[in-house]
Amino acid sequence: MDPLDRVVKPKTKRAKRFLEKREPKLQENTKIAMLIKGGNANLRVTEVLKDIYAVKKPFAVLYRKKNITRPFEDQTSLEFFSKKSDCSLFLFGSHNKKRPNNLVIGRMFDYHVLDMIELGVEKFVSLKDVKNSKCPEGTKPMLIFAGDMFDVNEEYRRLKSLLIDFFRGPTVPNIRLAGLEYVLHFTAVDGKIYMRSYKVLLKKSGCKIPRIELEEMGPSLDLVMRRTHLASDDLYKLSLKQPKALKPKKKKNISHDVFGTTYGRIHMQKQDLGKLQTRKMKGLKKRPAEKAAEDSGVSPKKSKSA
Amino acid sequence: MAAVRVEEVLAAAEEQEAEKRRSVVVEKELELEFDLGNLLALDRNPPPAAGLRGAGPQREAQLLALARDNTQLLVAQLWELPAERAGGAGGPLVARLPEPTFRLPREKPPPRPKPPTRWEQFARLKGIRRRKRTSLVWDEQAKEWRRRWGYRRAGGDPARAWLAEVPAGADPEEDQFARLRREKRERVARNELNRLRNLARAHRAGTVVPAAPLHPTGHQSKEELSHVARVARVSTASLGRFQPRLPKESAEPPSRSGGRKRRFEPLLGNLAAERSRQLELLKNMSSKKPVLDITRAVNKQLRQEEAEAAAAKGKKQSQRGKRGRRQQRTGRSSKKSAARRQQQRPGGGSTGGSKRKKA
Repeated sequence: MDPLDRVVKPKTKRAKRFLEKREPKLQENTKIAMLIKGGNANLRVTEVLKDIYAVKKPFAVLYRKKNITRPFEDQTSLEFFSKKSDCSLFLFGSHNKKRPNNLVIGRMFDYHVLDMIELGVEKFVSLKDVKNSKCPEGTKPMLIFAGDMFDVNEEYRRLKSLLIDFFRGPTVPNIRLAGLEYVLHFTAVDGKIYMRSYKVLLKKSGCKIPRIELEEMGPSLDLVMRRTHLASDDLYKLSLKQPKALKPKKKKNISHDVFGTTYGRIHMQKQDLGKLQTRKMKGLKKRPAEKAAEDSGVSPKKSKSA
Repeated sequence: MAAVRVEEVLAAAEEQEAEKRRSVVVEKELELEFDLGNLLALDRNPPPAAGLRGAGPQREAQLLALARDNTQLLVAQLWELPAERAGGAGGPLVARLPEPTFRLPREKPPPRPKPPTRWEQFARLKGIRRRKRTSLVWDEQAKEWRRRWGYRRAGGDPARAWLAEVPAGADPEEDQFARLRREKRERVARNELNRLRNLARAHRAGTVVPAAPLHPTGHQSKEELSHVARVARVSTASLGRFQPRLPKESAEPPSRSGGRKRRFEPLLGNLAAERSRQLELLKNMSSKKPVLDITRAVNKQLRQEEAEAAAAKGKKQSQRGKRGRRQQRTGRSSKKSAARRQQQRPGGGSTGGSKRKKA
């Protein structure tokens, strides 16, 4: 055995649990985002990171110190951070003359950068600037994407997927309907992306569905897309691959058509024509002697009940 | 007269209904796509660009109106879902969400199946199936059900037996209890070694062979790249013999493991070169001045010091107690196994004993 083949074994139960939590799983954990300040982040970028942290809170890590790194030039430090804090989403903020108020949003696959997209912040309204009531921490937001650009352009499509991944929070089986009070609305027009967050007010409408009123809550951002780094097709495909155990099992002989009608195919045994009930006639009736002979042949249990 | 009145009342009621519904209904050119598992709505209609191009308040109002309409549609969908009151009649209304449909990339690749152990491979080959055995068996002496194994097991613990048979042909002076104890210890040690071997093999299979493909990410380490290049170079029909070379690459193709391959000079060939080589060797041998490669010597010295330090540390650990000693032994046994495999046949008498002497 080479020294390289040695298995690193956890020495304590706690270390074991820690490692188990990080192992790949069938049903994955909720993705956690790390929010990193670059070497020269200005006040606005810092505020943006803080606000996003407030929105994402239980599933985010805010790095308090500056980290001098450039994600588009060298990804090693991001990969290191990702491994360190077991995060697969990141938002990196920086500011310089060439790219003022810069945000890099991205995600990891297997601790390697999968996609990242650079966004410039043109306008920013903070959570604190809007004097309205806020949502409680950890509210699952409703996500809405408006604009044909999100469907037409490949980069925008990937950005949409990235934003959904970033903001959707945990997947839940049930949801309290009155607790739906937070909307994130993304609009893509004229090469700009308007991110707005609103608080939802449910008003009585007289019918079952309530009428919706929205109230500006913050943070709101006007973004422009800058550089992008998208995963190659085969890597992206690899990352989308679902384990076999999670795929729904195919049921045999059941099919659906476009209208949702279910069709079933059944296989019949060959019919035994000897037992076919034909017309009853007195002449074909069994005589008592024949019946007795038959009864004696039947198993004792049955004869008892008879 | 009365009939007219009824119609009027109905019409008024209908109008009222429609009024109520109007506050909830939103018209869109293209229908929205929903993924209710993610609480997600995708609106493919191009937004009114003219209004959005304008300055501050007007644009905000436009965006708010757009967001309101879309949210209304999404909420309508969510309210359609099957819902029930959580925790009795007075509880909050809770809707059951469907599975999310929007495909998002995973965080980590799906877990690899655990590779079979050596025994499992063998069992599959031979078609040996696991046979289920009850954990409790009837103990004839104690007249009760007892465990098949372990503490208070049926038939009594053989290690605690007060009587041991001397096998035929055995040395009558030999302590049979000690022999049994020793054999048991050896079995345990061998089992542990095999377990570690299985683990190491699983580890190797997990890292080296299938997971090696180069991820097309932006960044690869130097080692990774050179490893892949080396493998690619020898992956031809001629094992890389006729592969064109890069300027700084060596002429001979690298071996797969990355080590150097021993090569011999041809028996017949360049006589002059052979003579000069031999003369050089003789000159070196006869000269009084030692040939010293400084870097090599320094490296050697450093390595020696390191090894000594490690040995001293190991000695210190061995004095700590039973637990520390045991851990150390298992660690060492895995390293030494290759050497031991060459020296001895498995099942040879004193593997455990020899190991203890070394430790």
